[in-house]
Amino acid sequence: MKIHKYDTVIVGAGGAGMRAAIESTKRSRTAVLTKLYPTRSHTGAAQGGMAAALANVEEDNWEWHTFDTIKGGDYLVDQDAAEILAKEAIDSVLDLEKMGLPFNRTPDGTIDQRRFGGHSRNHGEAPVRRSCYASDRTGHMILQTLYQNCVKEGVEFFNEFYVLDLLMQDVDGVKKSAGVVAYELATGEIHVFQAKAIIFASGGTGKFFKVTSNAHTLTGDGQAAAYRRGLPLEDMEFFQFHPTGIWRMGILLTEGARGEGGILRNKDGERFMEKYAPVMKDLASRDVVSRSIYTEIREGRGCGPDGDHVYLDLTHLPPEQLDAKLPDITEFARTYLGIEPYTDPIPIQPTAHYAMGGIPTNVEGEVLADNTTVVPGLYAAGEVACVSVHGANRLGTNSLLDINVFGRRAGIAAAEYSADAEYVELPEDPARLVVDQVERLRTSTGTERVATLRTELQECMDANVMVFRTEQTIKTAVEKIAELRERYRNVSIQDKGKRFNTDLLEAIELGNLLDLAEVMAVSALARKESRGGHYREDYPNRDDVNFMRHTMAYREVGADGSESIRLDYKPVVQTRYQPMERKY
Amino acid sequence: MSTPTLDKHSAALDAAENGAAHLIKVTFRIRRFNPEVSEDASWQDFELEIDPKERVLDALHKIKWDQDGTLTFRRSCAHGICGSDAMRINGKNRLACKTLIKDINPQKPITVEAIKGLTVLKDLVVDMDPFFQAYRDVMPFLITKGNEPTRERRQSAEDRERFDDTTKCILCAACTSSCPVFWNDGQYFGPAAIVNAHRFIFDSRDEGGEQRLEILNDKDGVWRCRTTFNCTDACPRGIEVTKAIQEVKRALITRRF
Ligand SMILES: Cc1cc2nc3c(=O)[nH]c(=O)nc-3n(C[C@H](O)[C@H](O)[C@H](O)COP(=O)(O)OP(=O)(O)OC[C@H]3O[C@@H](n4cnc5c(N)ncnc54)[C@H](O)[C@@H]3O)c2cc1C
Ligand code: SF4
Ligand code: FES
Repeated sequence: MKIHKYDTVIVGAGGAGMRAAIESTKRSRTAVLTKLYPTRSHTGAAQGGMAAALANVEEDNWEWHTFDTIKGGDYLVDQDAAEILAKEAIDSVLDLEKMGLPFNRTPDGTIDQRRFGGHSRNHGEAPVRRSCYASDRTGHMILQTLYQNCVKEGVEFFNEFYVLDLLMQDVDGVKKSAGVVAYELATGEIHVFQAKAIIFASGGTGKFFKVTSNAHTLTGDGQAAAYRRGLPLEDMEFFQFHPTGIWRMGILLTEGARGEGGILRNKDGERFMEKYAPVMKDLASRDVVSRSIYTEIREGRGCGPDGDHVYLDLTHLPPEQLDAKLPDITEFARTYLGIEPYTDPIPIQPTAHYAMGGIPTNVEGEVLADNTTVVPGLYAAGEVACVSVHGANRLGTNSLLDINVFGRRAGIAAAEYSADAEYVELPEDPARLVVDQVERLRTSTGTERVATLRTELQECMDANVMVFRTEQTIKTAVEKIAELRERYRNVSIQDKGKRFNTDLLEAIELGNLLDLAEVMAVSALARKESRGGHYREDYPNRDDVNFMRHTMAYREVGADGSESIRLDYKPVVQTRYQPMERKY
Repeated sequence: MSTPTLDKHSAALDAAENGAAHLIKVTFRIRRFNPEVSEDASWQDFELEIDPKERVLDALHKIKWDQDGTLTFRRSCAHGICGSDAMRINGKNRLACKTLIKDINPQKPITVEAIKGLTVLKDLVVDMDPFFQAYRDVMPFLITKGNEPTRERRQSAEDRERFDDTTKCILCAACTSSCPVFWNDGQYFGPAAIVNAHRFIFDSRDEGGEQRLEILNDKDGVWRCRTTFNCTDACPRGIEVTKAIQEVKRALITRRF
């Protein structure tokens, strides 16, 4: 075991982690630990764009953007945070441009903007062009630009280091973070990083679903580590299902395709979104569109031999426009489906896409230990965190924005904190939990296989807690997850070695997914209403009297070692917008 | 309302929508290496039943998950965007997640081995550090002088288009590890680093062109390129790698970019 000491440690090198690192490296001795090489992070998969009311192409302002974000989140958004997001969006895009990001340009050389779901002019009047973009690889360009600037600033990376535990200490009755424990993929060696400030920026957790736009590596490691150390997870029942994933594969086709004029059609060729969202049509918010698609499918208007998908139709758009604005996604259709999007509609279905919930933080990125108490020195930003700017449903282009605005804020806050703070003493035998976990898996002779359990988990999640949920389906999921968690104790791996043991890490990642799936299902069961991405057929309406509040889920360990989940609730911060019925 | 497109389905769309899996037997012949077990690399055959519309990456997963958990490779996004899984498939550098089994003659054994020119660490995993070092050496970031503008820098759509191709790079190393010059001499920057230098040299906002050209004028720089086009063939992002290298060479001669 090796011990390292840094002022600031950042876990994750996606957009949020690298945006934070650029700030904190200038101000404090910083190490970035990442399980992937930075440029492999899933931020690079983002396509459509990043929202900011630059008003480069038409009238717009950050107040409208704030409103859209709150409405899009079905009023579960903390309004003070949404206001910061929308205000700082403008500088955040300009900062990226100055760092070198090659945005698409307007004829007069400014950053070009396009339409995106849920973003509107003057509180819902009509769609507005707010998304700043670089072709359909905006995330790729953000990730590359941030990495380039990390190279420029000399950011210190520990690549292929998997953080598996968060070290917490009780200091005079205050819960503080002391460091993290990481597993080095190349050697199997275990490292303890002691740090005054720690930022979790480890991304999402979509891999507990089967049809998902998320990478294999998005397994919620950060959320799980915090949760196991007694920190709450906020609003985990809210997961976004993006309307347009490639049928059965889940690979994302950006909403920008509809922003450019693409249309969703059922088997009769009908533009069905006109029925469900007369004003915004195909550009209504994602939860609305995903439910509409499944309603079409359920009512027998789905496409294909099994009627289990619908079409994204781009065939009426000029090929030059597709080549210029949507080259990557049209190539996905060619590569993976063998069809030509100039002339064929693309078979799509909703795909599990984005975790609105996560580790609760305030607007400085400080992690909360309960509804109000911060954990000094501990920060989170990006998809792993819940600020909450996305509430019950995130608007497209608001996450690339979130990672930049709150990544930057967390980076500055953490570095400033570590400038004055003392190290918190490491607990005795700091790597114990990880060493035990690794040893147990490496020597286990159990009969269960990781892949089998993971497949069963994913199938269960898709069937029971996706776009439509009921008490019954969620209970089925809760029971199944409990069974899988029990069987997980008996899991074994084949690779017993130290070098690049991805077999071992997949087993650990599965453990994280199981913990988080349970939190999601239990939180969903208790929320007896429908709001944003959480739709209960047995409670189809939003219930502001009982549920205008954030879920806070805690792991409880009984005296006998038994585990359970305790749910608590946190009020939503409301400033100027009163909840209204959501119509698009 | 109906549309012309939906009235007549193309054969390709019909095929794409046919969900029934039709499994075929495929042999994967994989180059294994694990110094914890043996100093020598060797080929190992795996047989599996798989739908040929699936990716090579899906096949590798099936092998790892159902047959041999020790099989080791990198991957993340599974759709050609993160650059993790460049490997030699049937002797050609490709991304496993962007290669469909049906497209690489599954009637015969499909060979899979690590990319060449970088040290193999285990099975299909190579040491990427020298590759990223070459990238860092070309100063891959925007260099500007003078005061920052308050708003964005202006750039015409035309100027933006000038370097569009090389912004697509995902640093997968398929090009560099297909280059015979690089195989013989690991000191050569390799195509990927030059592609990333190109991305800045031809960006109208950048003012570091001279510095970068000096670096590339080095004995291990662009002049080593012998225009074999392997890199362009290998690039999964369709970047015209050789052309980019040629443009950098020309800029070195004319100092115009
Ligand atoms: C296909 C797709 C398209 C999208 N398009 C858009 C869009 O157009 N606009 C928009 O606003 N949003 C979009 N999103 C959402 C947005 O891209 C993501 O939410 C956002 O990029 C997440 O960034 P992040 O930095 O939080 O995480 P990531 O980019 O996922 O990075 C996570 C980092 O954490 C590291 N990590 C994870 N676990 C560990 C561990 N245990 N130890 C050490 N390191 C670890 C990883 O190595 C990685 O570096 C899209 C998402 C997807 C999937
Ligand atoms: S130029 Fe192409 S082949 Fe080379 S690293 Fe970039 S994406 Fe990969
Ligand atoms: S797994 Fe990301 S490029 Fe293949």
